Amino acid sequence: EQENKNRLRGLDAQKANISAGKAVARILRTSLGPKGMDKMLQSPDGDVIISNDGATILEQMDVDNQIAKLMVELSRSQDYEIGDGTTGVVVLAGSLLEQAERLLERGIHPIRIAEGYEMASRIAVENLEKIANKFVFGETILEPLIQTCMTTLSSKIVNRCKRSLAEIAVKAVLAVADLERKDVNLDLIKVEGKVGGKLEDTELVYGIIVDKDMSHPQMPKQIEDAKIAILTCPFEPPKPKTKHKVDIDTVEKFQTLRKQEQKYFDDMVQQCKDVGATLVICQWGFDDEANHLLMHRNLPAVRWVGGVELELIAIATGGRIVPRFQELTAEKLGKAGIVREKAFGTTKDRMLYIEHCANSRAVTIFIRGGNKMIIEETKRSIHDALCVARNLIRNNSIVYGGGSAEIACSIAVEAAADKYPGVEQYAIRAFGDALESIPMALAENSGLQPIETLSADNNPHFGIDCNDVGTNDMREQNVFETLIGKQQQILLATQVVKMILKIDDVISPSEY
Amino acid sequence: DYISVPTMAIDRIFKDEASEEKGERARMSSFVGAMAIADLVKTTLGPKGMDKILQSTGRGREVTVTNDGATILKSLHIDNPAAKVLVDISKVQDDEVGDGTTSVVVLAGELLREAEKLVAAKIHPMTIIAGFRMAADCARNALVEKVVDNKENSEKFRLDLMNIARTTLSSKILSQDKEHFAKLAVDAVMRLKGSTNLESVQIIKKPGGSLIDSFLDEGFILDKKIGIGQPKRIENAKILVANTAMDTDKVKIYGARVRVDSMSKVAEIEGAEKEKMKEKVNKIIAHGINCFVNRQLIYNFPEELFADAGILAIEHADFDGIERLALVTGGEIASTFDNPESVKLGQCELIEEIMIGEDKLIKFSGVAMGQACTIVLRGASHHVLDEAERSLHDALCVLSQTVNDSRVLLGGGWPEMIMAKEIDALARKTPGKKSLAMEAFSRALLAIPTTIADNAGLDSAELISQLRAEHQNEGCTAGIDVISGSVGDMVERGICEAFKVKQAVLLSATEAAEMILRVDEIITCAPRRREDRM
Repeated sequence: EQENKNRLRGLDAQKANISAGKAVARILRTSLGPKGMDKMLQSPDGDVIISNDGATILEQMDVDNQIAKLMVELSRSQDYEIGDGTTGVVVLAGSLLEQAERLLERGIHPIRIAEGYEMASRIAVENLEKIANKFVFGETILEPLIQTCMTTLSSKIVNRCKRSLAEIAVKAVLAVADLERKDVNLDLIKVEGKVGGKLEDTELVYGIIVDKDMSHPQMPKQIEDAKIAILTCPFEPPKPKTKHKVDIDTVEKFQTLRKQEQKYFDDMVQQCKDVGATLVICQWGFDDEANHLLMHRNLPAVRWVGGVELELIAIATGGRIVPRFQELTAEKLGKAGIVREKAFGTTKDRMLYIEHCANSRAVTIFIRGGNKMIIEETKRSIHDALCVARNLIRNNSIVYGGGSAEIACSIAVEAAADKYPGVEQYAIRAFGDALESIPMALAENSGLQPIETLSADNNPHFGIDCNDVGTNDMREQNVFETLIGKQQQILLATQVVKMILKIDDVISPSEY
Repeated sequence: DYISVPTMAIDRIFKDEASEEKGERARMSSFVGAMAIADLVKTTLGPKGMDKILQSTGRGREVTVTNDGATILKSLHIDNPAAKVLVDISKVQDDEVGDGTTSVVVLAGELLREAEKLVAAKIHPMTIIAGFRMAADCARNALVEKVVDNKENSEKFRLDLMNIARTTLSSKILSQDKEHFAKLAVDAVMRLKGSTNLESVQIIKKPGGSLIDSFLDEGFILDKKIGIGQPKRIENAKILVANTAMDTDKVKIYGARVRVDSMSKVAEIEGAEKEKMKEKVNKIIAHGINCFVNRQLIYNFPEELFADAGILAIEHADFDGIERLALVTGGEIASTFDNPESVKLGQCELIEEIMIGEDKLIKFSGVAMGQACTIVLRGASHHVLDEAERSLHDALCVLSQTVNDSRVLLGGGWPEMIMAKEIDALARKTPGKKSLAMEAFSRALLAIPTTIADNAGLDSAELISQLRAEHQNEGCTAGIDVISGSVGDMVERGICEAFKVKQAVLLSATEAAEMILRVDEIITCAPRRREDRM
């Protein structure tokens, strides 16, 4: 049985793992920073994705290697926790691995390296806290929030209108934020995209946009002061779950059945009408007859609305989702100031806007753009910006960007290394060197001389001047990042690297 | 010793068959792919552009002959991811403004061609992008300054529309009869009164005759035959438009089925069914109508009943057809017939059967809604008609967009010259490497008139340099007149283009070029396995 397996042990295993990890990091390295490049990914079905977002790139890659998969996981968990910094975390892990390789070659035991890294990461995180600044923001002082979101967006293709997108993201987050509890439910922000127009036309809608149109072409296209019945039952005769057969054997039965059927439709529409609904939004389809009855009785309706959207509509309009017609009551209806259908372009694309809702705490960011790929990338970028804004509301500490935080940490870590006796100090020092790789990559991507640029600064606010503004002081450039984002990057990267270092045996089935 | 440790094959990070291209190679492959696509459609640009024959791989090997960029690109099977980006922008251009689908691809391709040279000269793609962005802004501003807006003056506006229609059509198959079709298109769009809803303009294709025999009809024409024994001509028609089953009306209650124990019962049930249908027909007749149009089939039995009542019954009108009919006659699409008093009926003055070529069609004239009209296209073959429809559709789209955004520019390479001139001026004032990118942008813009001239077999270098000299004068209106093969005054020749189209071309092409430039790595996943169904 042994012959069927490939087995790598000891140093070989570690080295192979490290080089796999490094290979993944190397792919992402050029995407870091405002001058970072994009990756073009072709999915198995031939769709093209162009992205700069680390998590997306790694997700779409067909990774087979186990260690490379760990790196993908790493980026994903950063995405789940923080939402931004998914590229940075992989680059950092990659350079930690690179440093570890050197130490391994010098004969240091992997566990000692792992412990040294652990200590160093603690020092770095503490130092981050030390250099972090708190800033004040409120309903009226949005500027700091917008600036931080702009830093996030500046590395994406949308940086052409990063200002307006950052404003949209901040406003959207504030609209749904619970400032007292310092919590933001991002589910309340819907990001919808439609091809066409320009990026500048992207807008924030205080309400919900649904990519659906009225079920009957002749229903009114605009409803003011709508009372919305939100239904999850179809406008069709009931289908009991239990198996049954209705047998028709006489003419009378045939006729009663027919009458019954008509009554069903009539009752359904009447029940909606009775409670005073002026718009029906339904998760299921309508029978032709019901559809006409609805139109005829002047009750506009929308069918096939997805479950998630239905929930959002319910939240926004303050209505309840009603599973059966019998349970409809006037209190369960949602309210919206205006519901309108809007057409786009030359094709028959229509979307439904539900605005001025009773509960304005659900918003939609509606993205326009030249092509599908731009829209998708904008969605991802907006998602990052939203996460950043949310993190700031949770914790308003910031550190300065442009690699300045990493440089400051690196200096602190190196200084601390001298105080540790034992082999770990080599690992700690290596950690310090690894931290420098992020500013190094930023400088490389921006076409600056990396070593020259790095050796020039020693102020905790000094970073890489990626955009050629002329100053290295990130405070003046207003380049911020969130403290928790940075801390998380360092912690997650260290964890994964420790895990990889501890592996000394890789057993994989051989090719078959 | 450690140094010569055989490392595991770490190049296998990806799955089998997945490939990765990096840096220069990635850039090269996307440039080459994008430019190949641009070169493919390049020859179709302009009034003297050539057509392409597309043969489908499906059954029947259907052939399409077309000049329309979006149609060509849509039918291609492309593997290169960068090329897909270009196909996508052309599709969006088609959806958004309807025309300029070739130009947008050609411009994006030219931008990349210029960018390739700059990259080879060791200029960082990000710097090129920065320069392109500034150039695109500058170009757009230059256009905005030069636009003419004749919205106030309806006579002049109509002339503008005619000019735009003529210019758009001149690069299509309809160019021989562009005067005729321009008038058709403008008439149709003017009837819409500002709405961009092209649904109420119906295009019917009938082979036979020649293109010049095409006509605009003010009514609505439905491509259906009138049932046998029913009136062929109805005046002051009251129309009920319906979507209901007129074959067998199923019992919709779930689980219902007929189970009988004798033949006589079957007959009884059948009788009841018939009775039910009869009742339904009677209800429909009770609406006081003399024309009934149904989306679904009408079986012989109800059809006979309608004929008896002297009602014209039209079956199986497709969904678009009845929607449009409901729209133009002002009726509602009904599916239940219990409240005849409150159902809105459609109305028209005259329904008659007309003959176009050898086919009988039903024509509804004097309809309630004056916006609708039908354009009947005639032509020698299906290929001609299909292409004519696409061309006309382009023209209609552009015109309807122009009615909303009435800003108009001159054509014939004039806008490109204006933009190029402004960008050049800006580049001269801009320090840094960005200026090189701007100059490249202006060269790429000039490639469009160059291509148009080349396609017409003219001496493009000569014409462009003449044009450039002309444009040094303020307020110049010179452009290339392909027909006479010389530089001429575009105002005189009446060659116009819609601002909206030009703007969309400029912005989408820049956006696409930017996206492709930013890429430094292409990762292709292993293609999903498909079962061979052949």
